[in-house]
Amino acid sequence: MSKKTSYSPEQLKTMLYDMMIIRSFEETVEKLFQQGKIHGTMHLCIGQEATAVGACVPLTNEDKITSTHRGHGHSLAKGTGIKGMMAELLGKETGYCKGKGGSMHIADMDVGNLGANGIVAAGLPLATGAALTSKMKDLGYVVVSFFGDGATNEGAFHEALNLASVWDLPVVFFCENNLYGMSGSIKEMTNIDNIADRGAAYGIPSETIDGNDVLAVAEATERAVARAREGKGPTLIEAHTYRWRGHSRSDARKYRTREEEKEWRKMRDPIASFKEKLVEDKVITEDEYEDLVKKVQAEMDEAVEFAENSKEPDLDTLMEDIFA
Amino acid sequence: MKEITYLEAIRESMSEEMRKDEDVFIMGEDIGIYGGAFGLTNGMIEEFGPERVRNTPISEAAISGCAVGAAMTGMRPILEIQFSDFIMIAMDNIVNQAAKSRYMFGGKAQVPVVIRLPGGSGAGFAAQHSQSLEAWMAHVPGLKVVQPSNAYDAKGLMKAAIRDNNPVLFYEHKLLYNTKGEVPEEEYEIPLGQADIKKEGSDITIVATAVMVNRALEAAAELEKEGISVEVIDPRTLVPLDTETILASVKKTSRVLVVYEAVKRGGYGAEIASMIAESDVFDYLDAPIRRLGGLETPIPYNPVLEKAAVPQVEDIVEECKKLMNK
Ligand SMILES: Cc1ncc(C[n+]2csc(CCOP(=O)(O)OP(=O)(O)O)c2C)c(N)n1
Ligand SMILES: [Mg+2]
Repeated sequence: MSKKTSYSPEQLKTMLYDMMIIRSFEETVEKLFQQGKIHGTMHLCIGQEATAVGACVPLTNEDKITSTHRGHGHSLAKGTGIKGMMAELLGKETGYCKGKGGSMHIADMDVGNLGANGIVAAGLPLATGAALTSKMKDLGYVVVSFFGDGATNEGAFHEALNLASVWDLPVVFFCENNLYGMSGSIKEMTNIDNIADRGAAYGIPSETIDGNDVLAVAEATERAVARAREGKGPTLIEAHTYRWRGHSRSDARKYRTREEEKEWRKMRDPIASFKEKLVEDKVITEDEYEDLVKKVQAEMDEAVEFAENSKEPDLDTLMEDIFA
Repeated sequence: MKEITYLEAIRESMSEEMRKDEDVFIMGEDIGIYGGAFGLTNGMIEEFGPERVRNTPISEAAISGCAVGAAMTGMRPILEIQFSDFIMIAMDNIVNQAAKSRYMFGGKAQVPVVIRLPGGSGAGFAAQHSQSLEAWMAHVPGLKVVQPSNAYDAKGLMKAAIRDNNPVLFYEHKLLYNTKGEVPEEEYEIPLGQADIKKEGSDITIVATAVMVNRALEAAAELEKEGISVEVIDPRTLVPLDTETILASVKKTSRVLVVYEAVKRGGYGAEIASMIAESDVFDYLDAPIRRLGGLETPIPYNPVLEKAAVPQVEDIVEECKKLMNK
């Protein structure tokens, strides 16, 4: 018997579906990249779907997130649409950033997505500021700031945690510990066992969780969001996960073993394990799952078609949106 | 002579100096087994080991300050900032510490550090990974600024940068990494502050930096067909700047176009143009000094817009024709 949850069957199915959308989105853009339809670079979050989806479960449309270079999953989980994201990756005018931002800069203020970021750890101080607005204007929203293990060695991480703590700001610092930065293993880059231990330095409660268990992620974030809403200040969550692909477009993955990769893919796939649980708990049937697979594929096909048929931005837009 | 890429030239230069001088070492993010974001340091950790090829945490503030502190106390570090854009996080250590220590301490310190900075647009990396902010650095007294445009220069200038007893900011252009050039087998060094005439000509002088040197040469070849003879000068180092070579050329041609990728407003080309305008050579000018630089916009992601944001060969050709009133 798997453990009980307080989520409704509908909520559980949505979590599964959202994770499937993220994986399919990433696989689709990977293909488009290989076909030369997407240029520049991209950082895929295949294998990390549960952190993005789980952390957004307790959030409303008014709550906000800040994201990272590996941000497609965060955006999708927060409610940013597939079509506009696909169009952005293809550099089209219908993209969320009118084709000017690309993979590392997708943002969607309408759903509280304050943006992916090309600068490691830059999201944490921004999230702290967004939480300050919430507090000063008494808006009641909470901010979840996503960042990687590598980001916790930037000064911005430490300064933001301290500031948010002394001002009791409604922010959740959500670390996706996928064991590596670009190549630097967290074991070689820090001398502590858990990144969560760093919370103590700033008087911030923290916990380490299984980031590939979407329910564990949702529940931990739920607790942190509740604290934030009660005015009790920030929480640091460290979620263990793993990126299946290389860091970005060209990565021979010399810094880790194929065995380790296989272990995570075979034994700790956040989607396969959750699907099995839902079937076992009779939340969905195999047939319903197959329907979801088809639905996801149809959504992706539609998004690609939309993006490919969208126009390139007009040359005149080059000098637009520099100032407000 | 042998043919190697710009990227290999920089690697070779560092490796040769590391073999000769125990104090020289490199540090940076992912420069170990990964070989750096562009593969520039491939094979170096295998040769020199992790003590001298120091793979760092993602901590630009700490590693830049660490490089400066190590340099002040007898080491000769070469620091790689993965993309030049991330220098923002290292800025205090470079501008307030490295640049001023010698002067503030009455000449009692020296900071022999090289900071490598992959810069420029054209690779589709968008606004936070494509900037050309070398003018910021050139503005600060106490910093030397190098910007090679080909493999030969990159290798020789890197030698001089490593042997220099001052902080040297070494700007590398991403689009040049895989360009090939001839490099001698034997040891050579190119002193900082020596411009190079990349092509001789008699009608117009183009002073261009980094990837714009190559675009200027292409433009010059096209203009040649139309009977316009262009001289292309690459300053190679912004600080110190070889004013003599530039002025001698302008005196000869009487027309000058300064081409740089950085945003035109406040870019280093403005300094070059002012330097010419203030000199005696001003009297020899047959037309106003012209500048071609990047538009006043962040670098966009879309490839068509990205290209349009910075000078291309056609733009250079057009500007030259304007200068010749054609
Ligand atoms: C300030 C800064 N330094 C370095 C980089 C280059 N870089 C991009 S992602 C990355 C690794 C980040 O690791 P982590 O925070 O663990 O996130 P992950 O990629 O594992 O999701 C590095 C070094 C950057 N974008 N910004
Ligand atoms: Mg990581």
